[in-house]
Amino acid sequence: MSHRIREIALCATIAVLMLLLEWRTTGFFSPANLVDLFLANLPTMMIAVGMTMVILTGEIDISVGSIFAICSVVMGECARAGTPMVVSLLVTIAAGAVMGTINGGLIAYIRIPSIVATLATMVALRDGLRWYTQGAWIQGLPQYFQWFGLSQSAFLLLCAVMVVVTVFLSAAGLKNLRAGRKVIATGSNKAAAHMAGIDTARVILGVFALTGGLTGVAAVLNSVRFNQVPSNSGLGLELKVIAAVAVGGAAITGGSATITGTVLGVVLLSGIGSALTFLGISAYWEKAIQGGIILIAVAVDVLQFPRKDNAHTLAA
Amino acid sequence: MRRLSKADSFAFVTCTIINMTPLLSANGITKSFAGIQALKGISFKLRQGEVHALIGENGAGKSTFTKIVTGALQPDSGELIVCGQSVTNFSPQAARSLGIAAIYQQPLLFPHLTVAENIALALENGVSGWRVDWKRRHLQARELLGRIGVNLDPKRIAGTLSMAEQQIVEIAKAIGADAKILLMDEPTALLTDREVDHLFSLIGQFRQAGVGIVYISHRLEEIQAIADRITVLRDGSTIACREAAGVDRGGLIELMVGRSLASIFPKHTVTLGATALEVRSLSNLSLGLHDISFEVKKGEILGMAGLVGSGRTELAKTLFGLSPAPCSVYLEGKAVHMNSPAQAISLGIGYLPEDRRQHGLILDMALDENMSMASMDRVCRMGLVQRDKEAAQGERYIHELRVKAAGASVAARTLSGGNQQKVALARWLAIKPRIMILDEPTQGVDVGSKSEIHELIGQMAERGVAIILISSELPEILGMCDRIAVFREKTIAAVLDRQKATQARIMALAFGHADVIPQETGKS
Repeated sequence: MSHRIREIALCATIAVLMLLLEWRTTGFFSPANLVDLFLANLPTMMIAVGMTMVILTGEIDISVGSIFAICSVVMGECARAGTPMVVSLLVTIAAGAVMGTINGGLIAYIRIPSIVATLATMVALRDGLRWYTQGAWIQGLPQYFQWFGLSQSAFLLLCAVMVVVTVFLSAAGLKNLRAGRKVIATGSNKAAAHMAGIDTARVILGVFALTGGLTGVAAVLNSVRFNQVPSNSGLGLELKVIAAVAVGGAAITGGSATITGTVLGVVLLSGIGSALTFLGISAYWEKAIQGGIILIAVAVDVLQFPRKDNAHTLAA
Repeated sequence: MRRLSKADSFAFVTCTIINMTPLLSANGITKSFAGIQALKGISFKLRQGEVHALIGENGAGKSTFTKIVTGALQPDSGELIVCGQSVTNFSPQAARSLGIAAIYQQPLLFPHLTVAENIALALENGVSGWRVDWKRRHLQARELLGRIGVNLDPKRIAGTLSMAEQQIVEIAKAIGADAKILLMDEPTALLTDREVDHLFSLIGQFRQAGVGIVYISHRLEEIQAIADRITVLRDGSTIACREAAGVDRGGLIELMVGRSLASIFPKHTVTLGATALEVRSLSNLSLGLHDISFEVKKGEILGMAGLVGSGRTELAKTLFGLSPAPCSVYLEGKAVHMNSPAQAISLGIGYLPEDRRQHGLILDMALDENMSMASMDRVCRMGLVQRDKEAAQGERYIHELRVKAAGASVAARTLSGGNQQKVALARWLAIKPRIMILDEPTQGVDVGSKSEIHELIGQMAERGVAIILISSELPEILGMCDRIAVFREKTIAAVLDRQKATQARIMALAFGHADVIPQETGKS
């Protein structure tokens, strides 16, 4: 119920923002800008879907930015070595999934708290990459690298299909797949899920692996937009992703999150980021305003839906 | 220390002088939540120095009424009179200052703070000045604990105390607050018999001092032993108020459920089958279990009695794979090694845990989802949950187990305790178990559901399921089980046959009174 209210509120906020942009600016709704906006925020959207599940199980993954950077470089290196695009793409996604699995293993089986484990991998992966690339961008990529050698509109269509399919499959999967049911059960009450015979460690490993894989997909779709691959992409990406999930109404303590909410959260946050430029507000304000929105979103949650056992605590 | 305001102490003096004025008087209290009327007009009077029991099935309105008296909830209509003063806009703070204190089944202490800090936090109105007066806090705690005759170190961390000790700290808080009206909600649910005796002697002291006690419990024996008067609630209304002396237990049950119950413990006669489960000198070092041997036959109900912490739940956890132990378990003659609940379930073992809210159910998920959770194979095809099949199964169990719920898709959280327990049980019925371990299956469950759950256990045994029934309620154990294993200090002290078992004998074994232990305690 609370999710429904949150989603309606997000839609209303997005509508207000769009009206404001329509009224005060010109060019925001031009096709070129919308395409740009969509492509720029595509990675956030893909990764946020995985992050929703991670947060649903009560964990967090702050290493996605570093995984994204490594995957981008993997994609570039494969392509420069002349590997066929399909193979490069699969290798990149696999690399993401492997890094996610390492996170998941540290958390689920070695029982390191997820914030610590992914902080460690975030730093280690980023610095490992810096050592490997020495800060140099990957250049001299083959012709067919950019847009998979497709026309721009075909590539755009491909991206749109990818996003829609990912979002739809994950939302439907959480509801209807047995694996999705296990994710929800684990997030709602890990001990009870374990006692009902659910292998909660494997569920947690799974959501981290999935998030890693989706980060790989995001890196593929993002890096082929250009004809060179930067060595430090995805800086601060984890914050944007987690913010979008939180704004989308996920309880950061786990057990409660929806893919719909996350999608709306991504749309709102990316919309605001771009709107500032169009409204002539300095880009320096972007982070501050995003922070403010996250605070409002979480505060509304806390004020509107007080913890269920509050009455009991008061009675004492 | 909390000081009473002038008006409060005046009120107290008045009701001390005029002994006839009830300490607490509630007239026609109503309360509804989102259209559902929880209280339809409760009338209740508490005299000075009396223990007034409040009984009723779960959902009868006891906890809502308690919350209104402690100021946690506001009534929709009706009048609440405390010490002759009509109170409006009641709040927890106002309730405390009028001398109303409450003690719950689960003590609500801060687990990381000491006993003295817990008591001080309840009594101090915030820190006066900038320095915490540790010496005074400890003296105060020692003095309050001394007054109830308990030797408990005020420096101990609350989280390390036993349930009974935590309960005692709660009582010390109530004394410190000069409580004149004490509400106790199932205070004995987690206590052993010896601890219950101590609690009752404390209640006796309170009564002597003129404190009025509202005592809520599902245990009728207990109520008969301690209460002066008994008020029965049903469906949010006061049904009857009786003097406790000479009241008939069957009559009370009839009043509570509104229908007559043929027998409380229907013992089905079942022909026992082959041995379903055999445990040979099982030890589990991480849980302290040692040298446990027993067997259960198909269709047999093996009771497990003993004090809290004597090793019964630990054994259940070992058998269910929650705490793997070296191989010493044989299922129908085959050695098995339980590594995880998933594996235990695949072998046909079900476990209804003691704490249904924390472990038995996922409260935010729907009833049908909870019911299919341990047997997803049956409602899934190629990794896909077949929602219609799942919902149909849910509806079927709701109907069969007479779960009071709006439908299979409501969240388990919305159900009362007894109905939640039925849903938890349905989950295990759905796996079609060969061995069912039930850990305190009727704890905190209302009388009507309790007897229905007993009936279900009997039916399972009839179908040939081997059942292990862990219970701290001796009449339940004696009434339901074919044999009774008595636990003491993490092992089985003896296994008694149904015919030879008595309450006294079980208790003697549980406490290890060597002189009372009968000779013929050999395992069957």
